[in-house]
Amino acid sequence: MPNNRMKNLTPVQQEYQELAKQEEPKRPLFRNSIRAFLAGGVICLIGQGIQEAFIRWGGFDQKSAGNPTVAVLIIIATILTILGVYDKIAQWAGAGSTVPVTGFANTMASSALEHKSEGMVLGVGARMFELAGPVIVFGTVSAFAVGILHWLFNPTI
Amino acid sequence: MFMDFFWAFVIGGLICVFGQICFDVFKLSPAHTMSLLVVLGAAAGGLGLYEPFIKFAGAGATVPITSFGNSLVQGALSELKLNGFVGVITGIFEVTSAGISSAIIFSFFAAFFFKPKG
Repeated sequence: MPNNRMKNLTPVQQEYQELAKQEEPKRPLFRNSIRAFLAGGVICLIGQGIQEAFIRWGGFDQKSAGNPTVAVLIIIATILTILGVYDKIAQWAGAGSTVPVTGFANTMASSALEHKSEGMVLGVGARMFELAGPVIVFGTVSAFAVGILHWLFNPTI
Repeated sequence: MFMDFFWAFVIGGLICVFGQICFDVFKLSPAHTMSLLVVLGAAAGGLGLYEPFIKFAGAGATVPITSFGNSLVQGALSELKLNGFVGVITGIFEVTSAGISSAIIFSFFAAFFFKPKG
């Protein structure tokens, strides 16, 4: 709990917060990190395999193969989300399944599915970006900032 | 070839460990962590560091969400070179179109045809 909110509590409530903090189970950082490393590594390994396949049989070079690879991973992640498998993987893997682009696809597909009952427009359409929205917004704004900085300071442009 | 796979695994894994540390140590939500990684990727792309990183790590650099930030920057910069200032706006989604479009389309049809599980 942030300090400024702490101040608004009565002493007894503060005491309770302290106690609750002590009793909070410690997150097993080491175990979680190992799992994130393995799961994230395996997802990237699969990505590398798909990328090699695109280079070998699809006529892509190393730079252009990235995009179709990401698209294939997104399809796979969406299918696994539909089957309910991705959420099971995520429970084990933590950030290992969130950080790869498959996690991005999973957040979109799962919010779309979850809010289906609210209707196609207000549920699926509006809620799809609930979790993916911040990523797109901050990515776009920072890319804009980088573009402006290059425009101002990069003499080669 | 073997080394490509090795580095994809190790680098991709390490970026995920960074994400896990953001979760557990800094108590960030997944949305905060992913936003942070995208901004870091965009910054690295702007400094010209991400392309050599992709050369080295392959899918270990292109699969994590950091690469999304870099792709946005690459699109903006390549259009900036061609068309000047307006290119920053027109180019941002040029490279990432495949990722965003496919995610929207597949998620839509997933919700259209299937029910949530679990």
